[in-house]
Amino acid sequence: MAKQDDARDDRPIVLRLNQITKSFGKLIANDAVSLSLRRGEVIALLGENGAGKTTLMNILFGQYTADSGSVEVFAQTMPPGNPRAALDAGVGMVHQHFTLADHMTVLENVTLGTHSLWKTSLDKVKTRAKIIRLADEFHLQVDPDAIVGTLTVGERQRVEILKALYRDARILILDEPTAVLTPQETDDLFQTLREAVDLGLSIIFISHKLHEVMAISDRVLILRHGKLVAQERTRDVDKHQLAALMVGSEVTAPKVAPATPGPALMSLARVSTPDQGNAPGLKDLTLDLRAGQITGLAGVSGNGQAALADLIGGLIQPDTGTLTLKDTPHPNWTPREAVHSGVGRIPEDRHKTGTIAEFDLTENAILETYRDAPFSRRGWMNWGRAEAFTREVIDTYDVRCPGPGTRIRLLSGGNMQKLILGRVLESGPQIILANQPVRGLDIGAVNYVHSRLLDARDKGAAVLLISEDLDEIMALSDVIHVISEGRLSPEFPRGTMTPAELGVWMAGHGFDAEQAHAS
Amino acid sequence: MRLEPIANPTVARSTLLPTAAIATTVVIASLLAMVAGANPFLVLGEIIKGAAGSKFALLETLNRATPLIFTGLAVAVAFRAKLWNIGAEAQLYAGALVTVVLGTGALGLPSWMLLPTLAVLAMLAGAVVLLIPALLKVRFGVDEVVTTLLFNFIFLLFISMLLEGPLKDPMGMGWPKSARLIPEARLPRIFDGLRLHWGFGLALIAACVVWVIERRTTLGYEMRAVGLNREAAQFAGIPVNAVLIKTALLSGGLAALAGFSEASGLKGNLTLDLSPGFGYTGIIVAMLALLNPLAVVAAALFVAGIFVGADSMSRAVGVPTYLADIMLATALLLMVLAIMLTRFRIVRE
Repeated sequence: MAKQDDARDDRPIVLRLNQITKSFGKLIANDAVSLSLRRGEVIALLGENGAGKTTLMNILFGQYTADSGSVEVFAQTMPPGNPRAALDAGVGMVHQHFTLADHMTVLENVTLGTHSLWKTSLDKVKTRAKIIRLADEFHLQVDPDAIVGTLTVGERQRVEILKALYRDARILILDEPTAVLTPQETDDLFQTLREAVDLGLSIIFISHKLHEVMAISDRVLILRHGKLVAQERTRDVDKHQLAALMVGSEVTAPKVAPATPGPALMSLARVSTPDQGNAPGLKDLTLDLRAGQITGLAGVSGNGQAALADLIGGLIQPDTGTLTLKDTPHPNWTPREAVHSGVGRIPEDRHKTGTIAEFDLTENAILETYRDAPFSRRGWMNWGRAEAFTREVIDTYDVRCPGPGTRIRLLSGGNMQKLILGRVLESGPQIILANQPVRGLDIGAVNYVHSRLLDARDKGAAVLLISEDLDEIMALSDVIHVISEGRLSPEFPRGTMTPAELGVWMAGHGFDAEQAHAS
Repeated sequence: MRLEPIANPTVARSTLLPTAAIATTVVIASLLAMVAGANPFLVLGEIIKGAAGSKFALLETLNRATPLIFTGLAVAVAFRAKLWNIGAEAQLYAGALVTVVLGTGALGLPSWMLLPTLAVLAMLAGAVVLLIPALLKVRFGVDEVVTTLLFNFIFLLFISMLLEGPLKDPMGMGWPKSARLIPEARLPRIFDGLRLHWGFGLALIAACVVWVIERRTTLGYEMRAVGLNREAAQFAGIPVNAVLIKTALLSGGLAALAGFSEASGLKGNLTLDLSPGFGYTGIIVAMLALLNPLAVVAAALFVAGIFVGADSMSRAVGVPTYLADIMLATALLLMVLAIMLTRFRIVRE
């Protein structure tokens, strides 16, 4: 067991969390969590969303004060609630969402905040030398004078790591570092991390992707509902054991019967949309969504998924190309027309676009259909009918809530998503756009949403599943497309591609080969 | 220190805190009265007496509250949809302008036809005045706070120009004021011999109508949705821009009714001091009422009571009427704080 192992390991302990407890109201986010990290060690912190990983790291960094317990870095107790203390003691954090200034160079970003406000000039020669030395030592190839906005996502992450190293971090915490990376970029990252460990750094790797945890960590710590439920040496466990520990019961992936695809219900023919800031638009994209089939859209986030979802959802119009529903072109495609043409839309962000937090369940349930009978007539609302409909959704979709008059922000993510699912499916949509439908949900809600989508498929709906989770895509989709830089790969039927092969397309390489082949 | 949202504030919390805010306002006003050398109990007593101590005082308060109900409703409706209309003052004068232009003899109709016509046309004028900033916002993303605020000054100067020129009363001894409305264009008084006019009744009806619109119509639902979360409203297919335009028309129309009611019910002509900032005070009224149209009536009565009471207190005790301004400002700030504290608790971190 890990405990005995600790005793034998004579590497010095660099970080220790003692009995950390933190509660928010009735919710216990961390319940007497203790952990220790040794020099040159990689530990993985594994847990579902809401298991308490982020809270724990926020306590380590002094963003939150623990109700009880203490943090020791290099045998020195950190004062609670002081965000600078951990940084000064040599702990560096690489956030999931980068904290870089896009218009500044790598060098400026790395040094930002390390110089006194009162100094009028920067010693660029010395800083540059240090950055180049660090980049060399850790094999973090990146041009110090490049503008960050022009870098790829993988390069930006290297800048984040450089930033931490520049501040002399000896302990690196990486929060979901691979969420935005292709499989190949992930391999590069792991190579860097291994070199860092050889140089004596210690790493906490936060993730819920099991194979990555298996690949990089020495020890795995599993958090569930705020408690540290297990602590194992990575080589002593396998993925299935970890998954079971993480969710508390054996995981069963949904059983997917073979699909019987019908005709195309929605067709996009050579559509292009403008770029939106950093997010690419669609480039000459052609896609058919067939009845009775789940089409999976894989890709690294920010490669045109948003544009495609907005297009199908009616929020943007194509610059060129056509959108056709069952042979009828729709030149003036709007959200309202989408809803009325039988397109059910599960939005990516259920808090920001899917619901109105201060509205109650009833007001949220009729958000897309409030102008139609029976919910309103000639401009007058019929709240009685709206409430009856909401009660029906609550019952049918097992939305746990005090009642239809509850403000939706008081619901958990899973119950919120069930209400949205009910709103979408109760209208009997022929085409379903499911954009990240299970992001941030617990395993029970995930299975529920997936089985509902499969039901809809079996009843003949055409489903487009957009997800950054390749496992989800591969488990559910009957055919898979990969999107990269707004371009769409050919259609890959279920089981014809391995994750690594899809990764090549996700990195944008297959497209080049295809073009070269064509020309 | 950090703010932590409270999921379900208790009844005690949501009643005690606003009460404490008002109590603190009274304490601060008392301290200031003492600084001014007066007995604070006497000062507060005189304010209450002056606001509601007699039939005359009470009617005066109701009269003063009338334009504040209209402008308060105008602001509440607009703010509900997060359309920041700071220009109720200009819209008020637009309503008054239409009333005096058409009500001084240009339209020779019997009273029962003339008054509704003037009210509707005044509303249209106010609506158009707010339509311009609303279109600029929807089309070009121009900040309506800036445009509506600055339009107040432009419009007041425009009125000033008219009162020095074409609208100047030839019998006015050279004062910048318009001719008087014809008797058919005057709102009748509610009680014979007392100054309270039917504008007050109209204001109460307007508050009820706005409440019904917000709670019972699709437009009200759309306005609330757009105000609370524009992105989600857009996604759901609510025509956000059209809703903003409709909200602007309603808000501008309500503010213009304040001008109509003041010109036709109270003053009988148009001068540059028709409104001592009713458009701006309407913002305070709407905020105190938490944008609830029925609560706007109560908030307007409270604000009007303080102003009217302070006037009479000042005559009786000699403490300057600025005390009223300070009381209102304190009440507003403390009320905003109290409302925040009902929804969040402060946590030491």
